[in-house]
Amino acid sequence: MLLPLFQTLEASAIGEAIRNSLWLFPAIEACHLLGLAVIGGAILVVDFRLLGLGLRGHSVSRLARSVQPWVVGSVAVMIASGVPLFLAEAIKCYYSFAFWTKMTALLFALGFTFTVRRSVSLAPDGRFTPAWNKAVALISLALWSTVGWGGRWIGFSG
Amino acid sequence: MVHAAMAWLADTRWSIALHESQYAYAIVESIHVWALCLFVGFAVLLDLRLVGAIFRDVPVSQMVRRLLPWTKVGFVVMVVSGVVLYYAIPLRTYHNVFFRLKAVLLILAGLNVFLFHRGIYLSVARWDLDPPPRPAKVAGLCSLVLWAAIVVSGRMIAYNWFDCAKPQSAGISLMAGCTPDMIDPYSQ
Repeated sequence: MLLPLFQTLEASAIGEAIRNSLWLFPAIEACHLLGLAVIGGAILVVDFRLLGLGLRGHSVSRLARSVQPWVVGSVAVMIASGVPLFLAEAIKCYYSFAFWTKMTALLFALGFTFTVRRSVSLAPDGRFTPAWNKAVALISLALWSTVGWGGRWIGFSG
Repeated sequence: MVHAAMAWLADTRWSIALHESQYAYAIVESIHVWALCLFVGFAVLLDLRLVGAIFRDVPVSQMVRRLLPWTKVGFVVMVVSGVVLYYAIPLRTYHNVFFRLKAVLLILAGLNVFLFHRGIYLSVARWDLDPPPRPAKVAGLCSLVLWAAIVVSGRMIAYNWFDCAKPQSAGISLMAGCTPDMIDPYSQ
C-alpha cells in the first residue's frame, strides 16, 4: 500500500537531484552526522544526570532547560537532512528493516522526549523519585540508541 | 615500507574475517557511531560552554571534572573501534586521503586539548563563572571546528572517489601515496 507512495517520493525532483550528484548525498549525510553529535550530547547529558552521572551537582531542570534549544535545533537539522537522504533512496528504505525500525523508534523517542521526559526533567528537583528519573533516562537512552543504530544500518542494508 | 606492512596486515586472518563478515564490520561501525554521540557530543557541550553559548551557570571546572571522565570513556571506545575498522581494511584506508586528513586533524585537536589544559585552564579558578576569557573561547571554537571536520572526513573515508585503484590526479596521488601499479583495471 505504501510502496506507490515511496516510489513517487523516490521519483521526486529532490531525490533525483541527489542521486544524480556524486557529492550531494555524502554532503547531506555529513550534516546528518554533525547533527547527531549535537543531539547525542544534548540528550546524553540530561539522561546521564537523571541517572546520577555526569553533571551531578546541578539541578536537572536547569540543565534540561539549557539544552532544550539545542535538542530542538538538532532535531530540526536531523529532519532537514534526513528527509532528502530518504528521498534519494525511498524504495531501498521501503524494503529496509533498519529503516522501519528507526522510524518506529524515532516516533516513540520524539513522543517520549517531548512529553514524559520533558515533564520529568523540567520538574523541580525532588518532585520525582530517583527511580523514576532513572527509568525515564533508560527508556530515553534505549529509544535514541535504537534510532541511531537503525539509522546507521540503513546504509548497510540493500 | 608502510605500504608493505599494510599489505601484510590486510592478509592476516582476522583482517580478512572482519572484512568478509556479514555483520562484524557493521556492528563495529555502529559502536563507533554510538560512541561518537558520547565523545563528540560531550566535547561539543564543553566547547559550547567555553565559547559561552550554554550552561553559563555551571562552572567550567565542574564541566571539565564531571564530563571529562565520560569523554575519555567515549574516546577509548572511539579509538578501539576505529582501530578495528582500520584493521579490517588497512591497505585501502592507509591510502585514503580522507583518512590521512582525519589523522592530521586528530593531531591538531589533541594539540588544542593539550594547549588548553596547559594554558588558560590552569587559571580557571579566576574565571570559572565569568564570561570565558578570549583564549578559552578560541580553544572552544578551534575544538568545535576541528571535531566537525574530523567527523566529516571520517565519514568520507567510505567513499572511493580518490582511491588509488582508480587513476588519480598528480595532487591526489601525492597525498594518497598512489603508485601506478595500484590501479585496478577492473574498478571503474
